[in-house]
Amino acid sequence: MRRRSRHSSKRLNRLTYNFPDSTGHFGQFGGTYMAETLIPAVEELTAQYLRFKDDPEFKAELAYELKHYVGRPSPIYHAKRLSESLGGAQIYLKREDLNHTGAHKINSAMGQALLAKRMGKKRVIAETGAGMHGVATATVAARFGMECIVYMGAEDIQRQAPNVFRMKLLGATVVPVESGSKTLKDACNEAIRDWVTNVESTFYIFGTAAGPHPYPMMVRDFQCVIGNEAKVQMPEMIGRQPDAVIACVGGGSNAIGLFNPYIEVPNVQIIGVEAGGYGIASGKHAAPLTANAKVGVLHGNKVNLMQDENGQIIETHSISAGLDYPGVGPEHCLLKDIGRAQYVAADDDEAIAAFDALCRFEGIIPALESSHALAHAIKIAPTMAKDKVLLVNLSGRGDKDMNTVAKLKGITL
Amino acid sequence: MSRIATTFDTLKQQQRKALIPFITAGDPSQALTVPLMHGLVSAGADVLELGVPFSDPMADGPVIQRASERALKNGMSLRGVLGMVAEFRKQDTTTPVVLMGYGNPIEAMGWEVFAQRCAEVGVDGVLTVDFPPEESHDAFEHLQRHNIAPIFLLAPTTNETRIQQVAKLARGYVYYVSLKGVTGSGSIDLSAIEDKLPQLRKHIKLPIGVGFGIRDAATAKAVAKLCDGVVVGSRIVQEVENSTEQNVVANVSELVRELRQAIDQ
Repeated sequence: MRRRSRHSSKRLNRLTYNFPDSTGHFGQFGGTYMAETLIPAVEELTAQYLRFKDDPEFKAELAYELKHYVGRPSPIYHAKRLSESLGGAQIYLKREDLNHTGAHKINSAMGQALLAKRMGKKRVIAETGAGMHGVATATVAARFGMECIVYMGAEDIQRQAPNVFRMKLLGATVVPVESGSKTLKDACNEAIRDWVTNVESTFYIFGTAAGPHPYPMMVRDFQCVIGNEAKVQMPEMIGRQPDAVIACVGGGSNAIGLFNPYIEVPNVQIIGVEAGGYGIASGKHAAPLTANAKVGVLHGNKVNLMQDENGQIIETHSISAGLDYPGVGPEHCLLKDIGRAQYVAADDDEAIAAFDALCRFEGIIPALESSHALAHAIKIAPTMAKDKVLLVNLSGRGDKDMNTVAKLKGITL
Repeated sequence: MSRIATTFDTLKQQQRKALIPFITAGDPSQALTVPLMHGLVSAGADVLELGVPFSDPMADGPVIQRASERALKNGMSLRGVLGMVAEFRKQDTTTPVVLMGYGNPIEAMGWEVFAQRCAEVGVDGVLTVDFPPEESHDAFEHLQRHNIAPIFLLAPTTNETRIQQVAKLARGYVYYVSLKGVTGSGSIDLSAIEDKLPQLRKHIKLPIGVGFGIRDAATAKAVAKLCDGVVVGSRIVQEVENSTEQNVVANVSELVRELRQAIDQ
C-alpha cells in the first residue's frame, strides 16, 4: 500500500492516525522481514504483547517500576540562560537524562523485561551502540534475576569504555562484535544470530523503535511515556503546548516516544534531528531521512536505508555511537512521507558546540546523541520570537562520552 | 517442465537423492565462480545454490559471512551474479541454478527487472532468507510471471499453519532448515528431522531439501535417506576458504564427489 506522499498536517489532523496496521506496516514501511526460524518467535511476541499491554496488572507493575525504580516522571526544565544567550525562542528540556541509568532506554527495557518475565524467558539479549541500551538491559536483567548478553561493536567498545564496565558490574556478558563496520548495525546482526540459535529460551530486548513487528510498535508504546508526560507538564509550566518538539533520531526511539503523542496535537511542529557526521555532502553521515536514502530492507523492516546502488548497506559515520546506524525506525519514515514531521541533520561539529553550550550555560552534560537535537534548537531559536517554545528531548546524559570529547579536545584523561 | 522439476523427476525415477551444494558468487574470485559451478556439476551436483553476497548476512555463521565479505571486496554485485549465470548457461543448459541471499540487493534492483533478468540468463529459483511469505507478495508475483520458482525456508519452529501457507506459494522445492541457528553452526539432530518430516509432507507435495549442519559424507548420507535432497553450504565454502586459487576447483570437486558417493550408497 503506497500512501500519498504529502498530507498537510491540518489534513492529517482530521484523519485518525492509527499505525502500524495489523500486519505491522506503517504505510509502505515496517513489516516482518525475518528468517523463517524467527517468524514464530515474533508472532508469539506480538500475541503476548497484545495480551498484556492493556492488562491492568501489567500496567500497574510497569507504572510502579517507572515511578519507584526509574524515577519518573522526568522533569521539564526551562534552559533560561541558554535561551537568553540565543536571543530567540525559549528552549525547554525533557530531562530523560535524569532517569535511572541516565537515558530514555530504561523506559522500554523495563517494559520488555516485564513482558519477558510473563513469557517465562530467563535469558535476555540486546544490541547496543553507545551502550545506554546495553546498560538499561543489564540493569533490568539484574533487577529481575535474568541472564544477560549484550552485543556491542568492537569500535563502540573502544569509544564507550565506561558503559562496558557498567554492564559488566551489573552482571552482563558483553560480547565484542568484530564483523563489518564493528558498530551498532553489526551488533544487531550478531544479536539476531544469537536469537535464531536460542529462540526458545531467549527474549531479545530490542533497543530502538525499529526491527520486525512488533518491535517498532512495542518500543514506541513504552517510550510514549515521554510525550504523554510532556503533554501534561507543558501546560502546567507555560499554559500551553510547545511550538515544536525536537529529538535526535538514530533508530529513533526517544524521538518517537516524544513525537507520537503529539502527532494529532494541532500546531505543534515535529522535528527529528539525524546525525550529519562530516556533513550530508560528504556522504559520511548517519542521516538516511535527511539525505533521502532509498527505501530498503534491513534488520526485519522496510525503511529508508543508507545503501549503495547495488543494495549493499554502506558504513555510516557519526561522532555519537548511538546514532551511528544506516537505517531508521519505520514510523519516522511514515511521518516524513506524510509530511507530519520534518527531518534535518546536525553534524559532528554542531553537536559538539551544543554539548559545550549546555555544559557552560546550564550545568548539564548532555549525551552526544541528545546534543544533536540541542544543536538544531540552538540553530533555529535565534530566528524565532522570544515567546516561542521549543521542547527538546534531552534523551541521555553525557558521562559516557567523556573519553570521546576529551580525545576531540586533545586531552588525555 | 522446469529444470528443477525435471531434475527431481529424473532423480526419483533413478531412486536417487539430490545433492545441492552452495557457493558464494565471487568467492574466492569473480573469475573462478563459473569454473567452480561447472566443477560442482561434474562432481555430481544436481542443483546449484549460488549465494548473492550481502553486507549484513544476519542468518549466516562466520564461514559464509567471511565468504560474503571476500566476494564484496572482489566487487561482486547482484548484476554481476546474473552475468555469471548467463556465462554458466553457455555450457550447461540443464542444471538448475537457484540464487540465494537477502532481499535488499533485489529491492534495490527492483523485483520486476530482477525477475526478467533471471528469466533471460537462466536462473531457475530464488531464495531470499529475510523475505517470509507474508512479505513476498510483490516478489512472488514478478517471479511467477517469469516462471522463476520462489524457494521458501521452513524451520523446526514453523507451525502447521505456516507450513500450509508456504505449501501454497512455494515452487521448485522447499528448503527445510534442520536446526535452530545460523548457517554452519551446531550439529544436526537426525531424529528431530525424522519427526518433523511427516508434518511437512502432509502439506508439501514438492521435493524437500534439508540443509544446515551437514558437515561430512556420513551425515549427508543419513539425511539423504530422510528427504529428497541434501543442501551443503558452509562445509563447501570452508573448502573454498582453505584452498588456493590454483587448487580450489579440484578441492571442492573432490569434496562434492565424496558427498555424492555417500548419498548414492
